[in-house]
Amino acid sequence: MKLLVPVKRVVDYNVKVRVKADGTGVETANVKMSMNPFDEIGVEEAVRLKEKGVATEIVAVSCGPAACAEQIRTALAMGADRGILVEHDGVLEPLAVAKLLKALVAKESPDLVILGKQAIDDDMNATGQMLAALLGWAQGTYASKIEAADGGLLVTREVDGGLERIQLKLPAIVTTDLRLNEPRYASLPNIMKARKKPIENVKPADLGVDVTPRLTVLKVAEPPTRQAGKKVASVAELVDKLRNEAKVI
Amino acid sequence: MTEATPSAAEFDAYLDSIRRLVAEKLIPAEPRLDGQETLPEDLTQLLRDIGLFGISIPTRYGGLGLSMEQQVRVMFEVTRASGVYRARFSTTIGLGSQPILYNGTEAQRQEWLPRMASGEVTAAFCLTEPEAGSDAGSLRTKAERDGDHFVLNGTKRYITNARQAQVFVCMARTDAASKDAAGISAFIIPAGTPGLSCGPADKKMGQDGSATSEVYFDNVRIPAANLVGGREGGGFKTAMRGINHARLHVAVTCVGQAQRLVEEALSYTMQRRQFGQPLAEFQLVQAMLADSRAETLAGRSMILEVARAFDAAGEAQGPIIADIACCKLFCSEMVGRVADRAVQMHGGMGYMRGVAVEQLFRDVRLLRIFEGASQVQQVLIARDMVRHAKA
Repeated sequence: MKLLVPVKRVVDYNVKVRVKADGTGVETANVKMSMNPFDEIGVEEAVRLKEKGVATEIVAVSCGPAACAEQIRTALAMGADRGILVEHDGVLEPLAVAKLLKALVAKESPDLVILGKQAIDDDMNATGQMLAALLGWAQGTYASKIEAADGGLLVTREVDGGLERIQLKLPAIVTTDLRLNEPRYASLPNIMKARKKPIENVKPADLGVDVTPRLTVLKVAEPPTRQAGKKVASVAELVDKLRNEAKVI
Repeated sequence: MTEATPSAAEFDAYLDSIRRLVAEKLIPAEPRLDGQETLPEDLTQLLRDIGLFGISIPTRYGGLGLSMEQQVRVMFEVTRASGVYRARFSTTIGLGSQPILYNGTEAQRQEWLPRMASGEVTAAFCLTEPEAGSDAGSLRTKAERDGDHFVLNGTKRYITNARQAQVFVCMARTDAASKDAAGISAFIIPAGTPGLSCGPADKKMGQDGSATSEVYFDNVRIPAANLVGGREGGGFKTAMRGINHARLHVAVTCVGQAQRLVEEALSYTMQRRQFGQPLAEFQLVQAMLADSRAETLAGRSMILEVARAFDAAGEAQGPIIADIACCKLFCSEMVGRVADRAVQMHGGMGYMRGVAVEQLFRDVRLLRIFEGASQVQQVLIARDMVRHAKA
């Protein structure tokens, strides 16, 4: 089984994100960037499938500026076999990424694409579903467990009501949830081995994909600062305040 | 560039892995260490997986082959977590492996270093005795030749990881007539050798999760091939190789722990309010924060300087031994002051069990004592100064 694992370059989860002074976006200059944590879980799952003998090859893909090669290297250090960088300097919306991935799927013919359920920068939660729709493939989103079964996959999904188990035929799309696994920490020998693994560089035009944004960002603003709470003496007072001050009941 | 040398970017990526391991796994697991005899196996495995047992062992023996400067930079990160994690592999990377690496025979290296580097084998180093610590010349454990074997008898004390060790590097007197360090030899003794046993784990002020104990040699009979380097009488020189390595690493541990203490103190004093403002806004508290940060930076800087000298010196360690002692002396005393201030800044909370600075305060007290107490370092440094002035 061949796997394609997209990985996104995002602001590191430990960084306190700040809105740019002009309100056009968030500050990314001189900010530590890392692989989207949900994508890291995807890479880990792919490597575990390979270690179990289920997967034979893992191709890590990143779409974005040249610096995304760092996140591909991280995936290679964790155990992916080779990388593809789809280099583009502007904004890439989920639909554009899904189209780029569709083109790569046509080129690479993977049996399974494992994506993070969402990226921690814009939390869109869209690319995996869009890719499944464009390809017409089965999808198992929010996966907390993946098992090979009957020539396909048995995926346990985290849904609002609890857990749902679905059987997927291959080829398929899986998106990862937080509890699928705990990603490994890359060791120095594996980081050094990653140096020798190839990263192919392509442009959206090479794949025949128009990545022009379709959305317009009007303004990015900090959420309002939380106001101090009030202590109430009784339930009656609470109800009164909810009704007459907060006007929520 | 040879394959064995990581590029700057690759080494930084490794440091990043370690930083994350420390922040996401090691620090959160610290409360589990309370009352433990030794580090739980799942946590030990994390240390093995990331390669920490092999940082000082060359790549040809399966280690990471890091330079001293790189080792030091790795350990600044690791020792932001409890020093107990470091203790679990410290005896292997320093006192256990370095004598075999630098003074052992090729067969001894091949036999032990790869298993030490992977963490499969934990090494314990047996020098200290009830009557001999820094005064290694008065060592009483003896090794008597019996054909192509040696028979060892004696007692060792405060041996870190003895109860977890698969191999012991032991100093014993082979020349019964000698009264100084010249008659001492180093031996490699596998655990399970008949006559070798350990006492119960010592009960200590701090360092919960890191076991020390006595080690007893009762007619322990080992082949002469287990004599380190195959030579009698070179034992003290052999030991010093590991001790210099360990002393610099202890200094690093002091700085790592100090970094953590400063972080804990800053975090607490920014959040704790008195008289209408956070403690960190009061100038008397700020003085403690600033002094602690400045002293930590001083320690870090001197260690990096000496680590680079260590790498440049290669086999000729003589000129830097006193500088290593300076690092050990300054940094261990420094972390004592930083820990004391961190507890002070926490007020009553700093005296409570379950609070990080309380645990660290007890843990770091050891750093001024082991691998040569501060007073031993002072004497070593001053003697070196006088000797050079006379020459």
